Amino acid sequence: MNQNEFCTRETAWCPGCGNFSILTCLKKTLEKMELEPHKVLMVAGIGQAAKTPQYLCVNAFCGLHGRALPPAVAAKMANEELTVIINTGDGDSYGEGGNHFIHNIRRNVDVTHFVHDNQIYGLTKGQASPTTSLGHVTGAQADGNINTPFNPLLMALAAGAGFVARGFTGDQEQLITLMEKAIRFKGYALIDILQPCVSFNKINTFAWYKERVKPISEAHDPTDFAAAIALAQIFGDEIPTGILYQVEKPVYHDRHPVLKDHKPLIYKETDRKTLEEIIGSFIEG
Amino acid sequence: MHYNLLIGGAAGQGIDTMAAILGKLLKKEGYAVLTTHDFMSRIRGGHNFTLIRFGDSPAYSHSMALDGLIALDDETVGLHIGELKPEGFILCDGKIITEDGRAIKIPMTEMAKELGNPRVSGSIATGVLLKLFGLSLDGLEKILEQELKEELLEINQKAYVQGYDQVEPRYEKLNGDFSGHMIINGNRAVALGALAAGLRFYSAYPMSPSTEIMEFLASKSKELNVVVEQAEDEIAAINMALGASFAGAPAMTGTSGGGFSLMVEALGLSGIGEIPMVIANVQRPGPATGFPTRTEQSDLRFVIHASQGEFPRKVIALRNQEDAYRQTIKAFRTAEKYRIPVILLSDQYLGDTSATVKPFSLPEKVADPEPENPKGEYKPYLLTENGISPRRYPGQTEELVNVDSDEHDEQGLITESAEMRIKMVDKRMNKLQGIMVELEEPEFLGSEEGDILLIGWGSTWGPIKETVEQLNLETPGQYGALVFGDIYPLPEKLLQEKAKKARRIINIEQNATGQLAGLIREKTGIVCTQSILKYDGRPISAEEIASRIREVTV
Repeated sequence: MNQNEFCTRETAWCPGCGNFSILTCLKKTLEKMELEPHKVLMVAGIGQAAKTPQYLCVNAFCGLHGRALPPAVAAKMANEELTVIINTGDGDSYGEGGNHFIHNIRRNVDVTHFVHDNQIYGLTKGQASPTTSLGHVTGAQADGNINTPFNPLLMALAAGAGFVARGFTGDQEQLITLMEKAIRFKGYALIDILQPCVSFNKINTFAWYKERVKPISEAHDPTDFAAAIALAQIFGDEIPTGILYQVEKPVYHDRHPVLKDHKPLIYKETDRKTLEEIIGSFIEG
Repeated sequence: MHYNLLIGGAAGQGIDTMAAILGKLLKKEGYAVLTTHDFMSRIRGGHNFTLIRFGDSPAYSHSMALDGLIALDDETVGLHIGELKPEGFILCDGKIITEDGRAIKIPMTEMAKELGNPRVSGSIATGVLLKLFGLSLDGLEKILEQELKEELLEINQKAYVQGYDQVEPRYEKLNGDFSGHMIINGNRAVALGALAAGLRFYSAYPMSPSTEIMEFLASKSKELNVVVEQAEDEIAAINMALGASFAGAPAMTGTSGGGFSLMVEALGLSGIGEIPMVIANVQRPGPATGFPTRTEQSDLRFVIHASQGEFPRKVIALRNQEDAYRQTIKAFRTAEKYRIPVILLSDQYLGDTSATVKPFSLPEKVADPEPENPKGEYKPYLLTENGISPRRYPGQTEELVNVDSDEHDEQGLITESAEMRIKMVDKRMNKLQGIMVELEEPEFLGSEEGDILLIGWGSTWGPIKETVEQLNLETPGQYGALVFGDIYPLPEKLLQEKAKKARRIINIEQNATGQLAGLIREKTGIVCTQSILKYDGRPISAEEIASRIREVTV
């Protein structure tokens, strides 16, 4: 596979932005997996993270803020041959698109979701996101954030996600491994990727994360739901990274009467005779 | 000639099933049938009624000049007795209190109890009706099989026969030729149109009065290879449909005004992303929750302007069941050809009203166009004169397909270039020229010589058609009408032509502000001289339009 297959274009991110590491890891993962660019679909909402598809040579659907998941899962429903990867931010997926986050975990369509989580709004210049810590002072939270931070991993586990992981842009080797496993996982896979926002988050800096992140012990059994729930609740002086939970469950296509034969929907046809009979049923009474 | 029946009772008394079975039996005997429902927004109790109009010629409007009042509860008699013709009848249970000499009291509740299920009293009543109108019970069994659960067949059949034996025929049997027609309502006609157009993906959130489209499609999903997904909200519904459409599956969503409100941002995504999309808005009175189960035409101005920014769209008002089928097919073709959103405006009246219509025929199969120059460079937003950039799906060729809600270049990548912005806006807007050429002029009804021109749109087509026929009997040749189907962009040719000859122009709309009249004035300068507006949530009938025209033209 040609190194330039997933060519990178000029970006609009701030120098030092965590998104660069994510982009690099993503590109390396796609290359490592030898995926064909025209069979990869990258879907994004709006935000700094959501610019990712713009900088990679794959198919891209850059839709609306908060609305990356619905078109992504529907594209997979329409054409199972596509490898569908979603790149969104913490505001995009957990705030504006919170409802889709919950219900697409329930659907369990075979898509991969990378959330670039910098605990702040970057594109709109520094307001609190759902994952911003308590007391964090911003332009909009002038007296400090008073809302309890959202715990995406706990939420995902509670909703029944089969693959739940946390990565960190400071550990690219681990992130590439996680990305590959998430893409290969059959079903909805979430990686919450901690990344510094160099311009608008002066609290959760690269150094702040670096001090705290700690790969999950090899002794952890990723099929142990209770252990995963316990790990998901640790976020503070120590932040565990790696796979919290990985258990394959029936995916949407396997359960769907039209899709379970795994022939892509776009190649299926309407049987004229059957349709004529249905029309005829309105005549017979 | 037509007969008009009203079946009234509480929610949960099985009025719908009675009406469906009666409609089918009437059609089997050759009658043209029109069945209109008036529901309250509740599951039990309240007052619901269904109007059944039937005769030897097509009925286009419901009528409140009742030949028969079938009262399943006391309330129905009190509420509707004033609408009963002097020679009409009331069919009711022996226990219902009325001194009216027109009442045919049958001990239906007792008979039903004796049969073993109090709920079959409706079937006894329908048996009575069949006899009164001189119909036979032939074919009843087959129709019951379609409408009822197996365990209820025998008891209901007995109930029909018992009811049938209670009375003697009273009405002359009319000879219609409609047994080979379909009976279908607007919602199902839209669903069939979508299926005929090759629908592969439908996502929606349940909302009255549009839900039946989703439920009907879901019932055919397996047989016809259609994914029908109930979304978590209307925002997801349209965004899912857009994702499926982008990936190459003909897709559609449906809702009512409230759901459409939530879809608005994604409507713009369809516009700038140039992703084909068909959206059905089955209107109900708004704003906010409004009247959930009733009818109105108050979303016209909303859907033609919905979304920030400017982009081409087409809006089609559905006039009747045949139109609903035909125009839904056309909506898919237009959406696909121009890569735009096409909005179908239906309403509760059309959606829930069943009529006998000529059997729908399937359109010629349109083969998926092979991508031009498949090995060559592909630009999803190639600048072209007519604004149409060739369509390709991700994975269809090795070339990449990008869609972007940001302003973008031909490749689909974000741009801030002023020059490119102008080119892209122009490219998108240029599609309107092609869309305008293909517009259907409004349907003209009535007299070419008339000097009074009625103007309407969508589901009032039937009542207006009947009004014009009726008024032209009173003052021959005076009335004509234009009823818009394609409504945005507004087709102006026939309107200009007819307006020139008209002394009076009267717009008839089911809204409070005369939305079409406003649009016509904005686009053409033509002013409607009088306005007949109705916004009580109930459908306007031909009788009502005629009487209000007599008032305004005095």
